[in-house]
Amino acid sequence: MDAVLRLITLQDFNTRVVLGGATVLGVACGVVGVLAMLRRRALMGDAIAHAALPGVCLAFLIAGGRFLPALLVGAMAFGLLAILAVTVVRRTTRVKEDAAIALTLSVFFGLGIALLTSIQRRAGSDHAGLDGFIFGKAAGMVTQDLMVLAGVSVVVLAVVAVFLKEFASLCFDSAFAASIGRSVTLLDVLLMALVCLATVAALPAVGAVLVVALLTIPPASARFWTDRLSTMLVVSGAVGGAAGAVGAGVSSLVPKLSAGPVITLSATAIFVVSMIFAPLHGVVPRLVRQRRNRQMVAEQSRRVAAELSGGSG
Amino acid sequence: MLPPVAVEVHDVTVAYHKRPVLWNVDCSLPKGKLIAIIGPNGAGKSTLLKAILGLIPVASGRVEIFGKPIREARSLVGYVPQRETVDWDFPIDALGVVLMGRYGRLGWLRRPGAADRAAARDALVRVGMEAFGRRQIGQLSGGQQQRVFLARALAQDAPLYFMDEPFAGVDAATERAILDVLRAMRDAGRTVVAVHHDLQTVPEYFDHVVMLNMRLVAAGPTGEVFTNENLQKTYGGRLTMLTEAAEAVRAASGG
Repeated sequence: MDAVLRLITLQDFNTRVVLGGATVLGVACGVVGVLAMLRRRALMGDAIAHAALPGVCLAFLIAGGRFLPALLVGAMAFGLLAILAVTVVRRTTRVKEDAAIALTLSVFFGLGIALLTSIQRRAGSDHAGLDGFIFGKAAGMVTQDLMVLAGVSVVVLAVVAVFLKEFASLCFDSAFAASIGRSVTLLDVLLMALVCLATVAALPAVGAVLVVALLTIPPASARFWTDRLSTMLVVSGAVGGAAGAVGAGVSSLVPKLSAGPVITLSATAIFVVSMIFAPLHGVVPRLVRQRRNRQMVAEQSRRVAAELSGGSG
Repeated sequence: MLPPVAVEVHDVTVAYHKRPVLWNVDCSLPKGKLIAIIGPNGAGKSTLLKAILGLIPVASGRVEIFGKPIREARSLVGYVPQRETVDWDFPIDALGVVLMGRYGRLGWLRRPGAADRAAARDALVRVGMEAFGRRQIGQLSGGQQQRVFLARALAQDAPLYFMDEPFAGVDAATERAILDVLRAMRDAGRTVVAVHHDLQTVPEYFDHVVMLNMRLVAAGPTGEVFTNENLQKTYGGRLTMLTEAAEAVRAASGG
């Protein structure tokens, strides 16, 4: 009980950093996730996250230890490699995008697990500290590391803010965007780079397996609340941030509980509530509206019928 | 001022996956006219528009917009794509769509300001959609959506427009409303090039016509080139015979 109180009142400096960092990561993923989802590239985030694992392992071997900036560079490089692999397979073979993503994701992740196992065998279990990259581990993270990750997320948010209008026209009507001189290829590359950065930044805290939850569940939840892109970005960022904070907090209270699953479950809880109760597109308000409409129509036709029979009689 | 020729297409050939879909098209489109591009399915009508706009590469030949290559003439050109290219679930309202018409002139970094909003609202008024500005785009009817896209084009305020089937799938009232807007644009000296399907309305709606069937059949003032002979060459003739032959072969082998 005491631990919960300490967490909620943010008494430790470390707790503040962990919660703050996890929130910023969640916000960045939620915001970038909106664009990825609207461009129908949400699954690319999953491919990037899984493909980042071998990058992390190779960087660990090359840097000779768990030096986070090096690991992030490795993750980023392999994330971009995964994007390239999916694009090449899709463009040059008859394999469709979904199959290309599944293929890339599993091949890279398999390689990552193989590398991770051999590193851990060599370093002795747990000493490598790379397990967190699979299921996420926010609590044990060093302050400095979280600052780096949060910094990357802030950069991602800034780029989205600057190019929001271009991304909106790309996602809504790419043919029109091209006709006014925007390079669709360039914008797509930039968007994928942002997805890659946000994914990689969230990787140590959320884990490769579940990052995609933080990219897709917040935007899917936000869509129930609004028909405006700007509002959707804010709501999605808030959902992602809240899920990130809850995940980091709970996993720091419960020993051996990874952050990733808690983040996913808390985001899902928000999604379910949004789907059922959101006033604009929620299921219950929609049913209520339909019922009210039916009653109104029935009422009116009764009145008309009454007037007609009254007039003739 | 702008030169009298709006679009000059010089011997353009376009290929998809190395298979040519347009052969040696050569024509010039005058300024200040309503111009129809007609031809059967697969004739390359949309392809010609996209090639002129630089959205797909040309295998050979070149295109000039008011005497300039398209890269230097983007600000002179507005575009209304086919409705299928759009994501109708996108979280945007009608006014937001029209506001996108201002993005070209704003460039990469500037945000739309009060003047852009006023221009967007004005464009909605001109197509009779001012009451629907706050409606999410997917919740409008097909005809209303088409009018919103026309408003977006108006907000671009360009001297030259390309429209891919602006009358597709709209009711008679909307068709009339769109035509009125197009005529007003022409009377203000603008040029509109539209892919069109309804042959019966060509003489009434359009001043100039481009007849296409992978090759250019004819291009010129509607009164001169919209003849039975040219229509036969564009739609009938060999093409019909080929289909009939294919049908006959299928019937013979099947029965």
